[in-house]
Amino acid sequence: MTSLFASGPTRPGSYVPHAPEDALEGIPAAQRREDLDLPHMAEIEVARHFTALAHANYGIDTGIYPLGSCTMKYNPKVNEALSRLPGLARLHPYTPVERVQGALELMDRLARALREITGMDAISLQPAAGAQGELTGILMIRAYHEARGDAGRDQVIVPDSAHGTNPATAAMAGFQVVTVPSDARGGVDIDALERALSPRVAALMLTNPNTLGIFEDRIAEIAQRVHGVGGLLYYDGANLNAIMGITRPGDMGFDAVHLNLHKTFSTPHGGGGPGAGPVGVKAPLEPFLPTPVLEATADGYRFSWERPRSIGPVRSFFGNFGMLVRAYAYIRALGPEGLREASEQAVLNARYLKHRLADVLDVPYERDAMHEFVLSARSLQRATGVRALDLAKRLLDHGVHPPTVYFPLVVEEALMIEPTETESLQRLDGLAEAIRSVVAEARRDPDAVRRAPERTPVGRLDEVRAVRAPDLGARP
Amino acid sequence: MGYLPSTAPERGRMLRALGLDDPEALFREIPAALRLGRPLALEPALSELELERELTDLARRNLSLDEVVSFLGAGAYDRFVPAIVDEVVRRSEFYTAYTPYQPEVSQGTLTAIYEFQSYVCALTGLDVANASMYDGASALAEAGVLACHATGRDRLVVSRAVDPVFRQVLGTYARGQGIRVSEAPLSGYRTDADATAQLTAGDVAGVIVAQPNFFGAIEDPEPFARRAHEVGALLIAVADPVGLAVLKPPGRFGADVAVGEAQSWGLPPSFGGPFLGYFAARRDLLRRLPGRIAGGTVDREGRVGYVLTFQTREQHIRRERATSNVCTNQALCALAATVYLAALGPGGLRDVAALSAAGARRARSRLAAVRGYEPMTEPFFQEFVTRSPVDPEELGPKLLERGILMGLPLAVHYPEFADRILWAVTERRTERDIDALGRALEEIA
Amino acid sequence: MSPTDRRYTMEHEWWQEEGDEGRVGITEFAQSELGDIVFVELPEVGRVLRAGEALGVVESVKSVSDILSPVAGEVIAVNEALRDRPELINRSPYDEGWVVRLRKVPETDAGGLMDAAAYEAYVNAH
Repeated sequence: MTSLFASGPTRPGSYVPHAPEDALEGIPAAQRREDLDLPHMAEIEVARHFTALAHANYGIDTGIYPLGSCTMKYNPKVNEALSRLPGLARLHPYTPVERVQGALELMDRLARALREITGMDAISLQPAAGAQGELTGILMIRAYHEARGDAGRDQVIVPDSAHGTNPATAAMAGFQVVTVPSDARGGVDIDALERALSPRVAALMLTNPNTLGIFEDRIAEIAQRVHGVGGLLYYDGANLNAIMGITRPGDMGFDAVHLNLHKTFSTPHGGGGPGAGPVGVKAPLEPFLPTPVLEATADGYRFSWERPRSIGPVRSFFGNFGMLVRAYAYIRALGPEGLREASEQAVLNARYLKHRLADVLDVPYERDAMHEFVLSARSLQRATGVRALDLAKRLLDHGVHPPTVYFPLVVEEALMIEPTETESLQRLDGLAEAIRSVVAEARRDPDAVRRAPERTPVGRLDEVRAVRAPDLGARP
Repeated sequence: MGYLPSTAPERGRMLRALGLDDPEALFREIPAALRLGRPLALEPALSELELERELTDLARRNLSLDEVVSFLGAGAYDRFVPAIVDEVVRRSEFYTAYTPYQPEVSQGTLTAIYEFQSYVCALTGLDVANASMYDGASALAEAGVLACHATGRDRLVVSRAVDPVFRQVLGTYARGQGIRVSEAPLSGYRTDADATAQLTAGDVAGVIVAQPNFFGAIEDPEPFARRAHEVGALLIAVADPVGLAVLKPPGRFGADVAVGEAQSWGLPPSFGGPFLGYFAARRDLLRRLPGRIAGGTVDREGRVGYVLTFQTREQHIRRERATSNVCTNQALCALAATVYLAALGPGGLRDVAALSAAGARRARSRLAAVRGYEPMTEPFFQEFVTRSPVDPEELGPKLLERGILMGLPLAVHYPEFADRILWAVTERRTERDIDALGRALEEIA
Repeated sequence: MSPTDRRYTMEHEWWQEEGDEGRVGITEFAQSELGDIVFVELPEVGRVLRAGEALGVVESVKSVSDILSPVAGEVIAVNEALRDRPELINRSPYDEGWVVRLRKVPETDAGGLMDAAAYEAYVNAH
């Protein structure tokens, strides 16, 4: 790919009137900038450049995107259209509250739906992404303990199979991270957890189903033990797509939860954002919600900043509203049966795909998969030298996006596969055939797999060079 | 309805392949006591037609910027967005892609991030930039944390003329990490340089000033930079993205880090989000940057391509020792910004900034001619403060009756400025709009 | 083969003692496990380390590892060449890729470290 900074100058379009000569007279010379060395591009060249970039990208609309832990489901087109309605997109956040009642009602309806789906008592829609939702939840847990005068809780427990955001978040909230191992069944090692529990524990962070795609069936016992020492349970909602309408974090004993609207609720990932990471909490944590808090009054909706125990805002204004609109539309389009059916199909698709692949790759855990599952290329690697990474790269040559590789960290040569409910049987079979054929090729001609990909816009890129000789931006 | 492509016979085939006859058996590992056992209490599903009706009804109950002449800014702006921006952003190759974990099929996203970083560096005059942050406020909070880690200190000095929302978010992040925040007072509508210098002692990790500041006033940031550097602290600049085209860039007034809210680069105000934080820094701070960074390299055949790089800073590798927990950035918003910047080019960007500045000066003169709307003194950029002889709470609705959306009543954030209004003028405001505002204020008085 | 003129830790550092001073580095096995090293974080000269304390960090593209001090001592020199050429550790882990030079604190004892033969056996067992 060629950066637009490398293209020669063409004549730019006319987008705004020319400013008068004296327009900047009010700005002192010492604070002015006279030079602005940036590319000059005609609109047709801009259009062609970004069209070429689009062609070099793979999206859900291109084909199956089975990245484990990422829930790459179809992004409904109507949501894109509706979120662009002027009354939603061209809305200023400081508009007087009586003139944004439709927006606030939408937010309230979404929050109510998320409360019902998670079994929580209160929701903040403010966090901009899952990781920020985690930070919000953990800061609230910290504030909760402090408000009770329960000093000395300086640890957060995280399983070794957790997303990296969990320990990073705990550290950002000022906690020491205690890692507990997984047991042979792929769940939390209860004995190790028991040893880690003490009055120093502020919270346990857990994903359920966990990152191995396994439902933590001893969750009630885990909750009881953590609560027993005065700690709280934090639910990483990354895997909620497995359980909508079937079970709820609130009923499992969790006290706080974040949701990834860009996973479970179909808002587009956008190549890495914008996301949205609403946080739900049980009643005891409600006073600590970030400000402002949406309130329904007799005169309509309003925002309240008068929340003396709030952790404060975690970002500007009310959240990634445009994403909230899309998630709301998704929930309305599916309804209660549709959401449950989506989870059911997500699990069925994962189970079916695991069944189709269990004889060609290692199955580290035999338990029932939920919406995703983890396989390992360990035996293949020992036999042929072909690693999970090589399989992933060769799948690109088959025109399908590979699964997540090397996560979770507890499985060697991991391939983590999450097909989602929006793939048809034909697509699932296509992915299974592609993986089977690459594994077969690895046994026959390992070098061919290690050379892959060959049919993509670029081949394997030199990541060592990218660090040793950094090129982090073009100079005009 | 829903978006499930599988037919009933296919579902049956899949279940049979698994040796199951009932889909309920898929969930046998979930203990019965934890099952919901009832349908979710949600409203029934809607067809697309009904959905469109419902959302359109909700949208109609909001006041869109299309229906008014707006002088409201204060961190979110009514700007012109060339048609090409949304055309590109609506390509599903971009918006339905994940974070670019497989660079060979993500060169579109990665190249765009690289270009975004290039623009941010060129505009801020700093060496390195990341792939974007959630918004300007959280970018500032992360910058504050960076300053503390880089200096081994735990106190920040922030000007009271920095956007109050940014300061609140900084406070939330700071409390989490035991960072103390001292507020530098105002002198008029600018940061009090002497008081700030006094606050900037040897335990300070970073000094935070905005250019222009929340009131629209243009600061003289160099003394703050000098003082910060004297005591070994960093200068963090919060710089308006439109201002970067015509104001001395942070890298040239001594800033070590520059952050800001870049909604003005081609994004709709969207009721406050998604927004776009930018984050730039001096080269020696590269390994302390939060979030994603794209970098150029080559493949085995020497073809240029882009990858996510310096990933050992990040949560998925360094876990609790990561520079931040950020993983998602605002990639699609950064793409919109990149298209916006590419289309407008340097001439267009200067025109946008200069039209806004000229409009603001015109508006200031016009309001100065209305009794009681005593305005702040120059220099300012695209926003300015006036007093209001009418309670802003009463003035707002009266202006709205005349089709004008008032500026922000400062009482919202500054109790000491209860009688004052912050007016914003962008390139969309015409002479006629400004005159209409002046006449409306005269009528209301 | 691991050089016999030094001793080894279970975390794959080496310690080459010369009087009351000595050099620290990481082993051939460690560098091959890490792959291409792209960054080395070095301590400040003058820092006093406990045995087992992290003295620096080595990074490959996708991994980060602490370098633990094999003995207690004060940092008297760091290998400045690694700042621009971290790959020296890959190329020459036992010589040009040394990391720091320490002055032992008097009461420290390197006797708990493995000799070359024991270390080879340890690596082969994994």
